[in-house]
Parts: sequence; structure tokens; C-alpha cells
Amino acid sequence: MTEITPAAIAAHAGFGVYVHWPFCAAKCPYCDFNSHVRHGGVDEGRFKVALLAELGHQAALQPKQPVRSIFFGGGTPSLMSAGLVGAMIDAIAGHWPLEPGVEITLEANPSSADAGRFAGYRAAGVNRVSLGVQALNDPDLKFLGRLHNVAEAKSALALARRHFERVSFDLIYARPKQTVSEWSVELNEAITYGPDHLSVYQLTIEDGTPFAALHRAGKLVTPAAEAADDLYAATQDICEAAGLPAYEVSNHARPGEEARHNLVYWRYGTYAGVGPGAHGRLIAGGRRLALSTERNPERWAAMVEANGHGLIERAPLALSQQADERLIMGLRLSEGLSRKAFAIATGFTLDEALLGELAAQTLIVMGEDRIAATGRGRMVLNRIVYELSNALKPAAQTAA
Amino acid sequence: MTDTSAQKPAASAGDAMMPLSRIRNFSIIAHIDHGKSTLADRLIQTCGAVALRDMKEQMLDSMDIERERGITIKAQTVRLDYKAHDGLMYQLNLMDTPGHVDFAYEVSRSLAACEGSLLVVDASQGVEAQTLANVYQALDNKHEIVPILNKIDLPAAEPDRIKQQIEDVIGLDASQAVPISAKTGIGIDLVLEAIVTRLPPPKGDINGTLKALLIDSWYDAYLGVIVLVRVVDGFLKKGQKIKLMSSGAVQQVERVGIFRPKQEMLSQLGPGEVGFFTAQIKEVADTRIGDTVTDAAKPTPKALPGFKPAQPVVFCGLFPVDAADFESLREAVGKLRLNDASFSYEMETSAALGFGYRCGFLGLLHLEIITERLSREFNLDLITTAPSVIYHVYRTNGTMMEMHNPADMPDAGQIERIEEPWIKATILVPDEYLGSVLKLCQDRRGRQIELTYVGQRAMLIYSLPLNEVVFDFYDRLKSVSRGYASFDYSVSGYEEGDLVKMSILVNSEPVDALSMIVHRARAEQRGRGMCEKLKELIPPHLFVIPIQAALGAKVIARETIRALRKDVLAKCYGGDVSRKRKLLDKQKAGKKKLRQFGKVEIPQEAFIAALKMDEN
Repeated sequence: MTEITPAAIAAHAGFGVYVHWPFCAAKCPYCDFNSHVRHGGVDEGRFKVALLAELGHQAALQPKQPVRSIFFGGGTPSLMSAGLVGAMIDAIAGHWPLEPGVEITLEANPSSADAGRFAGYRAAGVNRVSLGVQALNDPDLKFLGRLHNVAEAKSALALARRHFERVSFDLIYARPKQTVSEWSVELNEAITYGPDHLSVYQLTIEDGTPFAALHRAGKLVTPAAEAADDLYAATQDICEAAGLPAYEVSNHARPGEEARHNLVYWRYGTYAGVGPGAHGRLIAGGRRLALSTERNPERWAAMVEANGHGLIERAPLALSQQADERLIMGLRLSEGLSRKAFAIATGFTLDEALLGELAAQTLIVMGEDRIAATGRGRMVLNRIVYELSNALKPAAQTAA
Repeated sequence: MTDTSAQKPAASAGDAMMPLSRIRNFSIIAHIDHGKSTLADRLIQTCGAVALRDMKEQMLDSMDIERERGITIKAQTVRLDYKAHDGLMYQLNLMDTPGHVDFAYEVSRSLAACEGSLLVVDASQGVEAQTLANVYQALDNKHEIVPILNKIDLPAAEPDRIKQQIEDVIGLDASQAVPISAKTGIGIDLVLEAIVTRLPPPKGDINGTLKALLIDSWYDAYLGVIVLVRVVDGFLKKGQKIKLMSSGAVQQVERVGIFRPKQEMLSQLGPGEVGFFTAQIKEVADTRIGDTVTDAAKPTPKALPGFKPAQPVVFCGLFPVDAADFESLREAVGKLRLNDASFSYEMETSAALGFGYRCGFLGLLHLEIITERLSREFNLDLITTAPSVIYHVYRTNGTMMEMHNPADMPDAGQIERIEEPWIKATILVPDEYLGSVLKLCQDRRGRQIELTYVGQRAMLIYSLPLNEVVFDFYDRLKSVSRGYASFDYSVSGYEEGDLVKMSILVNSEPVDALSMIVHRARAEQRGRGMCEKLKELIPPHLFVIPIQAALGAKVIARETIRALRKDVLAKCYGGDVSRKRKLLDKQKAGKKKLRQFGKVEIPQEAFIAALKMDEN
């Protein structure tokens, strides 16, 4: 790399657009995302107008930046009509230039109804799908509250591979009583479906979910810490051996097939977030802003109708906050982060002595410029970030 | 003085001199929860001293801590007017005294101000160790004692058995014990009659020079220091110049009054009467409990007997959790000292904890009360270090130093011998727990002096080193006896002991605030317990942390805190990095509750809880 400038750092990280579709056919008991069930149906027309309006509002905040990735997340975006997806992509292309080979991802449920819309999504411009497969046995799918079965998941995967250049899917492990051998069999089977990207999440009990209530009542017992660690280790080994190394804490890909959208987040690029409960980081007026929108879909729509946007937060981030966010995000990646870029972007330097200690503990690896968490380090990332954050020094101080 | 003035009822009768024959001064002796405060409330209510609407529970306990814990810390008095069955009005002065062993001296002075006591015993629980100690004190003060059986309305009440127990254990005639229920009011009139007919009136010389016993004192924001007194001879009058005999200080009396329990101002207090006065006294420390108050112009040649200056027996360090709060702590201890002269303090510096104070207390309850008041009334988060007793260190150069801080321990080569304080402990315990209690006492280097039976219960007299008791003896005793054992003690003297300083090393560095003086024979067990507890309390870090207990360079116990295994968020939802940053901020805010020691963060609870460990 030539000289590192703030502009070069931003260009390397890139810019993405996130569109949140907040509705689901049913709420999964483990999920704490902003998702809502509307038994009376959803007025898609109303949300389309609102989404387009909010897009325009955010485009005005940070115009002209080339778009590296568009991501339809949820909720269940595969409940959107292909027409709405197409209209959003067209609108994005109207507001910003698209990078060549722009990645356009849509999260989809593997149920047959949703898979039936794949052709339409492809025609609208979607070139990557991320399927919420979650498990490859019917009792566990049922336990996880999923509406599909294994047969549907398999046919959805096959259909997806026919329509889209890139296919990823999600799996959830560390389910109650799951053994390493059961999980290994299941994960190996998943790999035979030939994904070029896999998101493998450990089941986490989130506050306020039905699982949290069961967990508190002792009716849902997740694997003990050591068993969960063994499951994590097995996951790393199996994926690595299959040519899908971890490029992030929970994400695996063939080299070059990493989700560019997530890389924007983790490299701390900028991103617009439209739709209810979406988050963004934009640079406007020379300042990096944290943005987020109203979570309730109808309230959000009403806000957009009244004000042209549903933002409930639009606050400049202090450099110390940006430094923390860069650490939180950057160290999730196996590529880690550049110390020079970090200092230039935030005005803070990392404590070299502490880095040395962490390296001695084989928790991080240090290159000339880059630092990255090791596999062991990624397991204790929160603590590493905490230590590094407590030891940040203003760059000017060290320069002086 | 004629009797006629006394015929008038109480309202404005205060200034009129009540004949000694119609004054009764009494205290109530009871074990915690046996109903002392409830009985006091009932007596106050029955004599009409407080309108029903103003009644609240534990009328005489004004501090929050007293109410919550059901204990009395400061002595209080209340004057009641009672029209007895003989048709005459009597002046009853109820003295509410602290009941805890820590305040034994204060109790003895309160009892010295009375001629009789009501001994309240729970009719199902029976006599407890603490009751015994206080009854003996009352007997030492030549009290007439009226036994009262409380809670007789409860199904578990066994009045006959308890009466027998009172006779066997204390040697009091319990045949005339008054059966009551303070809660429901049964028998309260019988108690009042018993006070009048069975307790003796005070003796005193109305023509003598002023001689009054200083019972207690406290600081009042409006009136300054309020001094509680019992007049023995002569009169204490508004405007009079008085002398406090222990210090020789002369003051002019500003106000004289009584509590009903509200303050009521009078012009004087006469022989046999109990009340308060104020003068230009700035600090509670200037008024010593047990001192004699006399007329400055015509002082009595002989002070009242029994005066002793307050002596702290337990010491510990108090440090602010947040070092920035040191100034607030300084101010707070100063203010508390204004109101509690029995508590002492001096500044201390710790490598682990920064600036703080080394404080002296009358006992463990006193320590707890002071630290609780500091946190409650002054809003301070405090770290308390291991409580210590006063050791006598005899040096090879022939000098002796009093030492209560492990940091002050001289080098082994300079020490000729060390002596430590011992206590005589009285423990009452149901037979089924006797074995565990004996074991506990043996483990704590105790020497059995006596083992007798009182009905189903064993009464144990043990000699114990005080440093084994201040540690966590009381908690352990309660735990091994499921709460049934009761305990009381008095310091009996100093004995030589093989005492050593034990250091605790975290990540190979000694943490001064955790070091302690222990008996060599107990060091290993204490050290192991300490290391195990710290292992539980210090959260895993990114590296392995050894925890060691050492005597000098010799490690006697070791534990290892394994490195943190897993602390990572699995998911990253739609670019919501704010949520993760907020979690980080929360974690960073929690750092204030941690003490950075070298590379290790030690939670403040570790300093406190490590000192309250379980033993196997």
C-alpha cells in the first residue's frame, strides 16, 4: 500500500446499503432481531413508499460514494415481492454509483413459498442469497421454531444454486444436548451442499426471547462452557479442512467469497441503514455519525411519512468512540486491522507493550503493521478489546 | 418538698420535685428479638406518652440501622407518668440500653443509672448467652430483677419450662415472673404494677452537692451535644456551672430536660431523676460515658465508681472504592467521630488501595455499624480490610509496641515475643449442635474451661484468642448451629502466641491490604482458604494468575486462576455496532469497582469477602 490517508482508509473499507424488512411469518424463539409478525398482512405499498423516501434522505447525507454492497436483511426479506426488491435496487443505483461487481444479497427462508420468488429476485438484480437453514435435522428445526423442514431446506439450496452466483447459509449450533460427534456429522453434511460461504452461530440466549424465559426456568439447558468450546473448536477444524476458513468470529468462506457487505461493517466503512430498526454509519459534514431508526414498523412508516425519515438517532461519534468501534469490529476479522490506519483514523494509538503481552499469550499475532486475533484470541475478543480500549493513548502524545 | 405537687398529673409537673419514693428507674434486658423494643413501645403507649397516631415501632431506636436490625446502639431514656393501683402518680424512667457485647461498657453505665431491670425472656426460646451477660451486669449493679415471659400467646410458648430455666441458669426466683405478650398487649398493666411494687426507688441526697452519672451523649444538629445523665445527689439546674470530673472541663448548663420520648425542657433535675442537659460542648468526645458531672463551684470530692475511658479492641482499614472519594471519607469519619467517641481513626496508605483510614472499634458489630453508616449516611463505597486485634510486640531491644496493622510488623529478628488478647466466651447451644461448636472452638485454638447443661442446652465457657473471633467466628458459630447458638465474650488478658504475618500474593505481587497476622498453626488453613476464596472472586483474565499465601518467602498455599476461555459475541446484527460499544462502555464503567493491582483487576468484593470464608 502507498501512503495511508483517511480517504484511502475509507475507500478500502467501502460503503454499503442495508435495507431492513421487519416482518416474519412467525417469530423464532431464539431471535432478538427487530422482527414482527402481522397476521392481518402487510401493506407492502406503504412500506415501499417509506423505504424509498428514507433512502433518498440518507443519500443526501452522504452522496456520491460508490456502493460496494446492498443487503436485504430482516426479518424475512424473502417475504418482499421481487418488484419491491427491484425498485429498491434501482433507487439505490439512482442515488449512488455502484461499484463494478456490486454484491447484492438477500436473506431468505428456505420454505417453498419463499424459494418460489428466487427467479424474480435474480431478475431484480440480487446475485447472492443467504439462507436461514439453521439445522439439518427436523426435530432441531422444530425446536428452533423454524417453519421449514430439512427436505425444503435442501431443495431451496439447490434452487438457490441454480439462480444465484453466490450462496451462503446459516447454521446454529450448541443446541441443547448437542454432542461434538452429532454436530460434526451435521456440519460435514452441510458442507457437501457446496456453500462458498457459511455463517455458523453458537446459540445464544438473548434477553426478552421465549428461549430466555425457558432458560431461566431451567427448561432449556445450553451446553456447558467446556462443551460449547469443544463444539466451537470442532467447527473451526471442520470448516478449515473443507476450505472454508473462518474470516470472522462466526463466518467462514472460500478465499475471495467473504461477504463484502459484512466486510464493510468490520472494516468500519460507511453504511446507510434504511427501514425500521436499521443502523448506519455515515460521514456527513466531515463527521462520522451513528444513525438508527425507529424499530416499530408502523411507527417508523408514520415517521417517514411525516418527516421523510425514521431516524431516532443521528449523533456524531467522538474519536474515542470510533476507536472503540474500530477495535470491536476490526478484531473480529482474521485479517485484523492496521495499526497505522487505526492511528490516522482515530487519533489514538494502541499500547505496544500490551500488544506484546497479548502476542506472548498467543492471543494476537503482530505483523509489521497489522494486528489480528488468533483463533484463541477470537474466543476472548471482548476482553481483548476491553484491555486495548483501556490502554488507548492519544497519538499526539506518543508523537511528542 | 411536699407530696401535693406530685398529685398533679404529668403534663407540667416536670419542674416539681417528685419524692424519691415515687420514682422508679429501670432498664429492660433481653436477647435480640425477644421483644425488648416492643415492650418499651407498649409501656410508652399505655402510659399515654405518645398519641396513638404518633406511635411507630421501636419508638426509642432513632437510627435507621437500629430499626432495621432490631438493635439498640445508643442509650435512650423516656420518662413515663403512671398512675398506679395505689392511686398515686409515679415517675418511671425507662432506660433503653444497647444490648450487644461490643457496647458492654455503655451497658454497664446505663445499668448503673437504674435500680432495677425487667428481664424479658421469650417464653419459647429461653435464656440466651447475651441475656446472661447483661443479667450478670445488672446483678453487679445490685439491681432488683423482675423476670418477664414474653410471647406467651404463641403456641410454642412453654412458660413453666422457661421459668425453671431462669431459676437454673441465672439463679433468680422466677415464681413471680410476669407472663405477657408485648405484641398483643396482654399483661402490660401487670408489668407496670411490678415496676412500682417490686423495684426499689432510687436513693439520693437532695441537700448534697450535685453528683450525676454521665450515661451517654450524642450530637444534635440543633442543640449541639446532648448529655444524658442520672442525678444521684443534689440538683442539676439551668444556668449552673458544672464540671466534668475526668477532664476537669467546666461548662455552663444551657438547657435541662427530659424525653417523653419528645424533648421537654425543665428548669432542673433532682436526685433519682434521669434526663439530659446541653452546654457549650462542641464534641461528643468531650463527654465521656461513665464520667461524673458535679457542681463546678462546690465539686464533690469523690467521683462515681466505674469510669473507664473507651478502648477500641478491633481495628481495620477503610478505603474508598473510588480513590477520588478520599476527601469525602475524611470528612465523613470526622463527622461520625463527633457523634461516636468510641471510634478512633488515623490515616493509612496502602499500595493496593491508596489512601484510607485505620479505624478502631469496640467490637465487630461496632465496626459493621460504622461502615454501614459511612456508606448509608455519607453515600460512600468502602473497602474494609481484615479486622485485626491489638498485639503486644516485645522487641529484642526491650521495648513493647502495640500493633494492629500487619504492615507495622517488625522484622522477625527484632521480635522477642508477641502477645495477643484472649477472651472468655460464653456459648449456649442446643445439645445436637454441641459437637460442631466444640470443633469450631478447638479449631480456633480455644481452651475449654467449663461445660455444663441447662436443660436441653449446653453452656460452654471457652478461652479463645480474640484474633480468631474477629475473623468470622460469629458467622461460623451461627452456621454450624443453624442459628441456635448464642454467644457473648469479655476480654480476659494477653498471652504469648506464635504469631506470624501472612502475605497474599496475586500474580506474584504481595497485596498489602490482604495480609494478616495469624497463628503459625493456623496459617496454612487460613492461607488455603484465602487463596480458594480469591480464586472464586477474581474473574479470569487473559492470562493465568497464580494466587499464593506466604510466610516470608515460604509459600504455604497456592491456587491458580485459569485464563479466560470464552468472551465473545457470536453475532453482529445489521451493523449495530452501537450495541457492542455500549456493552464495552458498561464493562469499562464496571472498572471503577475493580482495583487494578499490577496487571490484575481485583473486584472490591474480593477484599471484603475473602475475609468471610467458609472452612471445612
